Amino acid sequence: MLTGKRSPSGAAVPDRPPAGAARRMRPWTPYAFLAPYLALFAVFMVLPIGFGFWTSLHEWDINLPRKPFVGVENYTDLFDPGSVDGGRFWTAMRATGIFTVASVPLLIVLPLLTALLMNGRFRGRNVYRAVYFAPYVLGVAVVGFVWRFLLDGNIGLVNHYLGLDVQWTTDVPPAWVALVGVTVWWTLGLNAVIFLAGLQDIPRELHEAAMVDGASARHRFRAVTLPGLRPVMVFVVNSTILASANMFGQSYLITGGAPADQTKTAIYLIAETGLRQFDMGTASAMSFVLAAFLMLASALVFGAFRERSRP
Amino acid sequence: MTSPLSRRSFLGLTGAAGLTAALAACGGGTRIGAGSSAPASAVPSFSGGEYTGPKVTLDYWNGFTGGDGPHMRTMLEAFNKEYAGRIEVRNVTRRWEDLYPAMPTAISAGKGPDVAIIHNDRIGTFAARRTLVPLDDVVGALQLGETDFIPAVWNAGIYDGKRYSVPLDVHSLGDYWNRAHLEKAGLSEAPTDKAGYEDALAELKDAGIETPFWMPSKWPAHLMFMSLLWQFGGELYSEDGTRALWGSDAGAQALTWMVEQIGKGFSPAKVAQDSQYAAFKNDKVSFTWDGIWQINDLKTNAPSLKWGLSPVPNIGGTAAVWASSHNFVMTSQAGKDPDKVQAAKFFIDHMSRQSTEWAKAGMIPARNSVRQDPGVADLPQIKLAADVNVFHFLPALPGVGDVQSKALELAVAKAVLREASAADALKEGVATADKLLADNKRKYGN
Repeated sequence: MLTGKRSPSGAAVPDRPPAGAARRMRPWTPYAFLAPYLALFAVFMVLPIGFGFWTSLHEWDINLPRKPFVGVENYTDLFDPGSVDGGRFWTAMRATGIFTVASVPLLIVLPLLTALLMNGRFRGRNVYRAVYFAPYVLGVAVVGFVWRFLLDGNIGLVNHYLGLDVQWTTDVPPAWVALVGVTVWWTLGLNAVIFLAGLQDIPRELHEAAMVDGASARHRFRAVTLPGLRPVMVFVVNSTILASANMFGQSYLITGGAPADQTKTAIYLIAETGLRQFDMGTASAMSFVLAAFLMLASALVFGAFRERSRP
Repeated sequence: MTSPLSRRSFLGLTGAAGLTAALAACGGGTRIGAGSSAPASAVPSFSGGEYTGPKVTLDYWNGFTGGDGPHMRTMLEAFNKEYAGRIEVRNVTRRWEDLYPAMPTAISAGKGPDVAIIHNDRIGTFAARRTLVPLDDVVGALQLGETDFIPAVWNAGIYDGKRYSVPLDVHSLGDYWNRAHLEKAGLSEAPTDKAGYEDALAELKDAGIETPFWMPSKWPAHLMFMSLLWQFGGELYSEDGTRALWGSDAGAQALTWMVEQIGKGFSPAKVAQDSQYAAFKNDKVSFTWDGIWQINDLKTNAPSLKWGLSPVPNIGGTAAVWASSHNFVMTSQAGKDPDKVQAAKFFIDHMSRQSTEWAKAGMIPARNSVRQDPGVADLPQIKLAADVNVFHFLPALPGVGDVQSKALELAVAKAVLREASAADALKEGVATADKLLADNKRKYGN
C-alpha cells in the first residue's frame, strides 16, 4: 500500500528520518483509526454537552411543552446574588468547596501512610490490605444509611459510646467532620491501593543505593519515594479533587443538606433543581459553571506538578 | 454533568417506544376502533356501572409507605379478586417525596401510573403540567358535589374550570402524647390551650422528663409552623397566588413560639430529621405533633407504649391545624387508551365508595356522610374532625411545592436551628417566595 505511492526518485526515501514515513500516509488514515472512539465520543460526550448547553439557554421544564429561549439569563441569574437560584447556587458551591478543601488533603496523606505500612513485610499483610479496602466495596446508599443512624445526635450510637453530645448531622462544623470522616473511611482504601501499586513500581535499587549513601528513612522517603510517586500522585490528587467536588450521596443521605442547606453540595442542588423541580435550564447552567471550576482546578493541579518536576 | 440527563431521557424515549409497541401488541387483536394515540376527549364518557371492555391492567401509584400501606394493599387484593380476568390493578408504593418527582417523567415516557393518589395541593401543579385527565363525568356519575365534602378539599380538585380529582380522605396533624408521662404530671388528657400546654411542659420537666417536647427543624416543622400561623390569624399566600403572606406578625409569633420551646429547655437544640418521632416511640418524649397516619405505625411498632391522640392545641387563639387530603387522579398515560380510561374510572368510583374501610388506615373520610357512620365514628382520629372548619389546606397553586421547599421550609429550619432570628428568617424567606411565585405565574400562566 504505502510503497505503491513511492515516486521514481524514491530511492532516497529509506534514508529519510521516520517523519518522512508519516508523510506518505493517506491523509485520512489517522482519522480512520480514531473513528471508532470519535464516534463514541461524539455520541456520548459532544452531543450531550452540546444539548446541555442548548438546554441551559432555555427555560427548560421537562414536562411543559413551552420551552422559551432565554439566552444567557440562566447564567446571569446564577451570578445575581439577589435571585433565588443565585443565592442557593453559591451556598452549594461553598459547601462543595469546604468539603473538597477539607477532604482532599486527608484523602492523600492518610492513604499514602496506609500504603507505606501495607508495603512492609509482616504476617497477615493481605488481611490488613483487605480490611482497609473493604468499606470501598459498599455502595453509597449502605454507607449513608448506616452512618446517618450511627451519627444521629440524639439517638445515635456514636454519641452514646463516646459520651458526647455533638449534633453530627444537623450542625456545622460537626456535620462537615462527619461527612469528611465518613468519606475518608469509605474511600481511603482506593487511594491506598493506587499508592501501593505506585510504591511497588519504584525500583528497589534506588532505595538500596540511597541506603549505601547513608540516607536515613526520612531522607529516602523524600528523595526516592515521593519523586517516584509523582505520576501516581498527579492522578490521585486530580481524581480525588474531582470525586470530592462531585460529592452528593453522603450529604443527601446523612445530613439531607442540614442545617438549612449548608451541607447541600453543588451536585445535590443540581440534581434537585433538574430532577425534582424539573428546571433543566437552570440545572444545566449550574453544571456548566461547576464544570468550569473543576477544569480550572485540574489545570492548577497539573500546572503545580509540572513546575516542581523542572530542575 | 449533562450527559447523564441526556442519557436518561434517551433511555426514557427508548422505553416509551418499547412500551408503546408492547401495549399495541397486547391490545391489538381485541380492541375495536381507535389506537393507543386516541385523544382523551374522544373517549365515551363514564356513566357509572360495571366495566365491560376487554381485560386491562392498570398501574396504580401511591405513597402509602407508613401505617396506611397494608390497608390499601388489602383493599386492592379484594378488588383484584372481585374483578379477576377483567381489571388487574398493579400497585406501586413509593415515598411521596420520591413519587412526585418521578411521576411526570414516567408518565410522559409511558411507564408511569394510569391511576394515582396525590395530595390536594399537588393537583394544580400536575394539571398545569398536563399529566392529568379531567374526571368531571366520574363525579357526575357518583352524584357528588361540594356539599358532600369539606369545601376546601373539594375545590382543590378544580383547575381551569375542570375537575381533576376525587377526594378519598382528609388527614391532619395531631398531638400525640405519652400517657405514662402525663400521669406523672397529674394529667389524664393533653391540654388544649396555650397556658395549659405550657404549664404541662413545665410540670413534665419537673417530673423528671428532661425534654418533653422535641422541636424538629425539618419535616414536620413546616406543618407545625403553618398550623400555628393560621391559629395566630395569619395566611399563607394571597388569593391570586402572587404574594407570600406568612412573614406577617402572625408568622413571627408562630415561629417564635416554636423556637421558644428550645430556649425554655423543653426541646433539645438541632433535632435531626425523624428523631423526635423515634424518641417518642422510645418513651423519651411526652408530646410530638405528627400526622394521624402514624396511628397504625404506633400500634404495630410500639405496642408497649401507652399513648393518646388529641387535636393540636390552640396556641394562637383560633383553633386551626394543617390538613391535607388524598385524591384519586387519572393520568394522561391512561388517557391514551379508551379501555383504560373506562377501567380507571370504574376503579376510582369503586374505591372511593370504600372510604369506611379506608378510615381504618388512620384517615378521616372525606365524605361528610361517612364520618357519621357508626363503624367510623369510634376511630381515634375522628374526634379531630369534630369541627372541620379548623382544617386549613395549602392552596393548590401550580408550583406551590417548590415555593414551600425553597422558601418556607428553609425559613422554618433556619429559625429552629437558631441560625437566624424568627423575624429575619421569615423576611428572607418571604422575599424568596415572592420571586418564586412571580416565576411560577409566568411559567404556568394561562
